[in-house]
Amino acid sequence: MSQHAQDYTPSEREEHQAMHLLPVRRADLPFLISLALIAAVYIVLIVGILAAKVFYVELPLIGEVFTNPGYRYAVMLSLISCSVTTILSLWIAVPAAYLMTRVRFPGKRLVDAILDIPIVLPPLVIGLGLLMLFQTPPGAWIQQYVRFTYAIPGLILAQFMVSCAFATRSMMASFAEINPRQEQVAVTLGCSRSQAFWMVVLPEARRGMIPAATIAWARAMGEFGPVLVFAGTTRMRTEVMPTTIFLELQVGNLGMATAVAVVMLITSLVILVLMRVAGRGMRMM
Amino acid sequence: MIEFQDVSIQLGSFALEHVQLHIPTGTYAVLMGRTGCGKTTLLEAACGLRPLQAGRIALMGRDVTDLPPGQRGVGLVPQDGALFTTMTVADHLGFALRVRKRPRKEILARVEELADWLGIRYLLPRKPHGLSGGERQRVAIGRAMAGHPDVLCLDEPFSALDEETHADMIALLRRVQRDTSVTVLHITHNRNEAQALGDHVHVLKDGVLERQDPKLWKK
Repeated sequence: MSQHAQDYTPSEREEHQAMHLLPVRRADLPFLISLALIAAVYIVLIVGILAAKVFYVELPLIGEVFTNPGYRYAVMLSLISCSVTTILSLWIAVPAAYLMTRVRFPGKRLVDAILDIPIVLPPLVIGLGLLMLFQTPPGAWIQQYVRFTYAIPGLILAQFMVSCAFATRSMMASFAEINPRQEQVAVTLGCSRSQAFWMVVLPEARRGMIPAATIAWARAMGEFGPVLVFAGTTRMRTEVMPTTIFLELQVGNLGMATAVAVVMLITSLVILVLMRVAGRGMRMM
Repeated sequence: MIEFQDVSIQLGSFALEHVQLHIPTGTYAVLMGRTGCGKTTLLEAACGLRPLQAGRIALMGRDVTDLPPGQRGVGLVPQDGALFTTMTVADHLGFALRVRKRPRKEILARVEELADWLGIRYLLPRKPHGLSGGERQRVAIGRAMAGHPDVLCLDEPFSALDEETHADMIALLRRVQRDTSVTVLHITHNRNEAQALGDHVHVLKDGVLERQDPKLWKK
C-alpha cells in the first residue's frame, strides 16, 4: 500500500516508528538502565523545580496575585501582550518560512543566518539593540507617533523579537514537510503561485501553526532581558509577570515572587494544553 | 501532440541537451530510463514546471514554451499522487474548475461525472488519509482530468501499487485514453506496463532519447 509520510500526523508517525523498534531484552537492560539513569538526572531536576515551587507557595499569596490591582495588572498585561506577540509572530513567520523553504533566491543563506540571530543573541543584547535603534533618527521619528521605549508597544516588540524567530523556525519545519508536488499539481490545474499558496499550501501548513504559536507564546511569556532594558520595569505600566518576580525578589519578598511564578506556571500549562487540544481538533478536520 | 524541439535543460550537475521528441495527438507514449536520467525533468518541462536553457516545446501545435503551467492544458499525476491532505475527494475533482471560477452547478456536475467514470463515488466525502494506493491514484487521475486537458502527464503513477491494483489501473488508464483521446506521456520503470499501455516507447539513455518498439522486446 502506498501510505505517504506527509499524510501522517505526528502521533501516527510516532506509532509507525514504534512498530519498528527493537524489543527490550534482558541482556540489554544494563545498557538501557545506565542511559535511563543519566537522563533521569535532568527529569528529576525539572520535576524538582516545579514541585519546590508548589511546595513553598503560600496559597493566600496566590489569591493576592489576582486581588491586588498591581499584580493583577501584570497578569493581564502578560496574557494580552503574549497573545498579541503570538499573532504578530505568526503573521511574519508564515510568509518568511514559505519563502525560505519554497523559493530559491540570491542571498538565501545570509537571510537564513540572520533569522538565527535572535535565537543565539543574549536577550539583554537584543534589548540594548532595540533601545539604541529607537535613538537613531528613523527610530526617533517613529517614536513621535508611537512611543516604544518604556511603553507597552516596546514591551510587545521586545517579546516579538525573540518569539518570531522561534515561530519562523517552527513554521519552516512545517513547510518543509509539505510535499512540493502538491504545489506543482495546483499550478498545472490553473492556480497562480498565490492561489496555490492560499488554496493548497497554507491549509496544509495550518497544522504547523499550532506548534509555532505555542513556542512563540511560551517564549513571549518568559521574555525578561529585552523587556527589562527596552520596556522598563515600571509598576502598572510595563510590568509583566517576569518583571514582578524580579521586582519582588529585589525587595526580598520571596513568597510573593513564588506565588507569581506559580501563576505563570499554571497559565503556561493551561495554554500548552489548549494548544494541543486545538492541534488535535485541527487534524480531525 | 507533444513536441520537444532541440530542448536543453540544466539538471543540477549535468544537462539534457538537444532533446527531440514527437508524440502524435491521441497516442499513448511511455518514457523509460534509469533513475536520475532526467525522465521526470522532461515531464516537468512539458508541464512548465522547469525552465528551459534552449529549445521550444509545443503542445497540440501551440508553442507553450513561455506559457505558465496552468495555461498549457496539461494534467499532472505525480509519483505519489500528491493529494491535498486537507481536501475531500470531491474537492480534488472540483479543484480545476473551482480555480477557473466556474459556476457551482457545473463543478458539482463535473465532480459527479468524474466520480462515476473512475468508480470513486463512494470516496467523495473522504479525505486522502486512509485511502488505498489504487484509490489515491484514481483521485489523482480524476483531479488531473477534471479540466479536460489535451495532455496527461503521469510520473511513475503505479510504482507503489500491488500487482492486482496494478492491473486494474492499467485497464483504467486505457479507458481514460479511449474515452477522451487525451495525449499521454507516461513515465515508468516497468516494461510490462510500457508494453501494456504504450503506443510507442521512448528510452532516455545518457541524455539521448531512443524510440523503441515494445513488440520487439524479448519476453
